[in-house]
Amino acid sequence: MSDPNAELMREENPSTVSESMVIIRSRALRDRVVEAVLPPLVALLVSIVVGDLLILAVGQSPGAVYRLMLEGTWGNAYGFAQVLYKSTTLICTGLAVAVGLRAGLFNIGAEGQLAAGGLAAALVGLALPAGTSALIAVPLCTVGALVAGGAVGFVPGALRAKWGAHEVITTIMLNFIVLALLSWLISTRLRVPETLHTQVIRAGALPRLSAAWSGFHGSAANGSIAIVLCAAVILGWYLFRTRGGFELRAVGLQPEAAENAGISVGRTWIRALTISGALAGLGGINFVLGYEHYYEEGFATGAGFLGIAVALVGRSNPLGVVLAALFFATLSQGGLAINALVPKQMVDALQGVVILAMAASVPEVRRLLARSRGKR
Amino acid sequence: MNTALAFLAQTLRIAVPYLFAAAGGVLAERAGIISLTLEGFMLGGAFSAMLGSYYSGDPWIGVLCGIVGGLAFGMVHAVSTIRFKADQVVSGIAINLLAIGLTRYFLKLVFGSSSNSPRVAGFSAGTSSTALVTGLLHNPLIPIGLLIVPAVAWLLYRTPFGLRVRAVGEHPEAANTLGVSVKRVRYAAVALSGALAALGGAYLSLDQHQFTDGMSAGRGFIALAAIIFGRWDPVRAGIACLFFAAAETLQIQLQGMQAIPSQFVQMIPYVLTIIALVGVVGRAVPPAALGRE
Repeated sequence: MSDPNAELMREENPSTVSESMVIIRSRALRDRVVEAVLPPLVALLVSIVVGDLLILAVGQSPGAVYRLMLEGTWGNAYGFAQVLYKSTTLICTGLAVAVGLRAGLFNIGAEGQLAAGGLAAALVGLALPAGTSALIAVPLCTVGALVAGGAVGFVPGALRAKWGAHEVITTIMLNFIVLALLSWLISTRLRVPETLHTQVIRAGALPRLSAAWSGFHGSAANGSIAIVLCAAVILGWYLFRTRGGFELRAVGLQPEAAENAGISVGRTWIRALTISGALAGLGGINFVLGYEHYYEEGFATGAGFLGIAVALVGRSNPLGVVLAALFFATLSQGGLAINALVPKQMVDALQGVVILAMAASVPEVRRLLARSRGKR
Repeated sequence: MNTALAFLAQTLRIAVPYLFAAAGGVLAERAGIISLTLEGFMLGGAFSAMLGSYYSGDPWIGVLCGIVGGLAFGMVHAVSTIRFKADQVVSGIAINLLAIGLTRYFLKLVFGSSSNSPRVAGFSAGTSSTALVTGLLHNPLIPIGLLIVPAVAWLLYRTPFGLRVRAVGEHPEAANTLGVSVKRVRYAAVALSGALAALGGAYLSLDQHQFTDGMSAGRGFIALAAIIFGRWDPVRAGIACLFFAAAETLQIQLQGMQAIPSQFVQMIPYVLTIIALVGVVGRAVPPAALGRE
């Protein structure tokens, strides 16, 4: 899963990184586009079919349900703003998983990193005097979120690089450890009595989008979407335009070849998972600085696993991740819109279906392409 | 004496779902298929067992339905990873999300509730401390759960099927050369792991006489931690399950005293697993072909 190109490159056996890159460039553009775009389309189709079955099971018409879903999301300003709000967190966890996959690593710990980022943002905000300008408070809180998420991401990176402990297992285990630690911190020290959240931040925070346009009134969408989109652009630039990003991708494609070319694989792993954790942590500002202005236990629930879905459907590409996050946010907001006709829990099942179909169709498409190349 | 017995009884009752799931997970992992799916298998098993018991009024029909539910989820995972060669980690996560989603959807559809099912027929262990031993026997899934680990160990180490499972998980190419159908063995191992983990889930819903949303509550991951901590050996994994359950029991019994925050006890399995992977006391090394085609 590390990269769309990995399996193909293994077939052609490149001995050095530069040779690998030549092979990538020499591949037909058409194949690359098909390989990137076809699996998500297959996944979409399969999920629509399964969705039809689930809708027919309650005796409703699929067409009517899907229309209602679109009307409740992209069809009105409030619904659209809610999609933006939900996608903001998913872009972050999606980018986090994507950067890991580019380095050949699977970060399953985005949920814990996101929660840590959110708590750090809240703690920095609470430490600032009331009335601190947002121009000062927001950057400081954002840095806090990045650092906390990055610190949680660094641990599995180091465990992998130094001791070979597989990051799939360590990130899962760290998820539980971090969430338990945060829960302990909240329940013993930081919470407002009788609640699961901290005090409200009195320093400046991010404005709601409804402040700029009243059509968004009542929605939680806020300025963090701008910060997060900037992060996506910077990540794209880093991955595809800098030496560090090149090394990261090279390690993801062919660790042995990268090592031979003088790249420290271990250090690259640590860097990749630290960046990954920082990106997941950044997502914490959406809820904490943009919406409630406090940290609340459980705000991150599920966002880590959905981030995996987002990164897969987005093909580990920053632009793809943004689009995929919009798709999954639409599903999740759409569930609320259709609840009168079909139980909204349908979308929970569809999320699983999309990932499963995606996972099964990626190797299948790759095999089909390899076969058609053989015939040419 | 009574406290010790009560402690033991509670430990066993907490350990049973871990034992079922870990026994199943060991089989799949030794065959080379990653077991991130245990959580989903358990949840699916818990729900279908409740459904079977609800419609039949007989908890044994519930157990049977639980097994069927686990087999179904197991086959989905097997087809996607073996037939379609899907990434095993991704497919496992999908199975877990699918189990959460489908159980929620059908809970709402069948019972109109987003939190729990109505009360169904089930097994119950007596709670009074005087009848501890008979209480344990009252729920037949408890003795079965305790026997499942030696049974899987016997299957894995003493039968031709077990030898094939280990061969396929360590060196699929060699197994293939010797005429073992790698795919068939893996299908069987994953299906079995689905059925076994589902029994752990059935224990949960039949013990509580109802299904509640997300009732597996991370137990599948604790079972996975036990497998790794037990270095992929069924007996050692079983001991790890008992140890994790004992820690939990201790925490429950100490709750009144607030000696240790519950969150720190919850961390124990996960911290120990990381320590095992890092190799402070003998490194945990997975089956060679784990996660590979």
